[in-house]
Amino acid sequence: MYIIVVGGGRVGYYLTKALLAEGHEVLVLERSLTICEALNEELGSICIRGDGCETTTLSEVGTGRSDMLIAVTGDDEDNLVACQVAKHLFHVPRTIARIRNPKNEDIFKKLGIDVTINNTNIILENIEGEVPTHSLTHLHDIRDKGLELVQVRIPGNASTVGKTIKQLELPKDSVLSLIIRKSRRPIVPSSNTVLQAEDQVIIVTSHESEDELRAVLRGE
Amino acid sequence: MKIVIMGCGRVGARLAGLLESDGHEITVLDNDSYSFRRLPPGFRGTALLGNGIDADALRRAGIEKADAFVAVTQGDNRNVMSCQIARHIFNVPRVVCRIYDPLRRDLFENLGLEAISPTTIFAQILREKLEAPGPQRDALAEES
Repeated sequence: MYIIVVGGGRVGYYLTKALLAEGHEVLVLERSLTICEALNEELGSICIRGDGCETTTLSEVGTGRSDMLIAVTGDDEDNLVACQVAKHLFHVPRTIARIRNPKNEDIFKKLGIDVTINNTNIILENIEGEVPTHSLTHLHDIRDKGLELVQVRIPGNASTVGKTIKQLELPKDSVLSLIIRKSRRPIVPSSNTVLQAEDQVIIVTSHESEDELRAVLRGE
Repeated sequence: MKIVIMGCGRVGARLAGLLESDGHEITVLDNDSYSFRRLPPGFRGTALLGNGIDADALRRAGIEKADAFVAVTQGDNRNVMSCQIARHIFNVPRVVCRIYDPLRRDLFENLGLEAISPTTIFAQILREKLEAPGPQRDALAEES
């Protein structure tokens, strides 16, 4: 694939290295001459100095024949515009934007960006998972369906310990998919499965039902 | 009308003064409070510190009830992004965007933004000035 990467900072650098290693043809657009020279020295002539939002620059590097454009500068607005120019003027089939402000995720979707990678959220999710007191952890987003996979820990003193799944009034769009017991044994729950202390429950749910789900499972 | 202006530079501040004197209710948004010194003395509108590409900041500026939104920061992309948020997320009836880059202006105009490129307009004005017939020599220069 021919992939254009906009922004040669740290994210752009490691991304480019990985894409090159997978055998893709990669071109990096970077505004800073110093960064551009450093990239070219280390990775071969793959970086062109220029503004990835500018039509002329994108035209010069053959954006029209590219399969994908990935915008990973540190500024959300630059990533948005680079993707929009690529999409609407050069008809690039797939555009991916890095996002720093988590709230921009929905906005970018509405404005036609195919995929958004929100590094702030990724870091947050990982930290959530490492904080033992955190009661609900995001595991995965099923974006096109508006669903997500989350994990809820059942504390030892929860009023739901000893109750069966069918006794819980789960939100309509939520399905209990897996329970991981203290013994680390994963079990597929049925309606008669009894919740135990320290169970890790894995649920498919929606963002809107998160709070309700947490409250129901932990008996809050 | 209730109008939100993003960017309190020379153009933003001047526009705020003009629109206020026409009786409109103005909120000016800028991410540097020092910019507000440019507002005309006696400005009675709201000057709000905040980033116009942040939906929350726009909400605080009253975008949900605004009749018009205009983006005149130095950054084309910031203007483009905030205007698209105003138009497509908050459904502001009238949105005007400054885009210096003429090519980008054309693109976003096609995507439904009302956009003005000062570059194009100013170059045209300069051309008209320079090509207009008029006195060629400066009177003072001839005397010396």
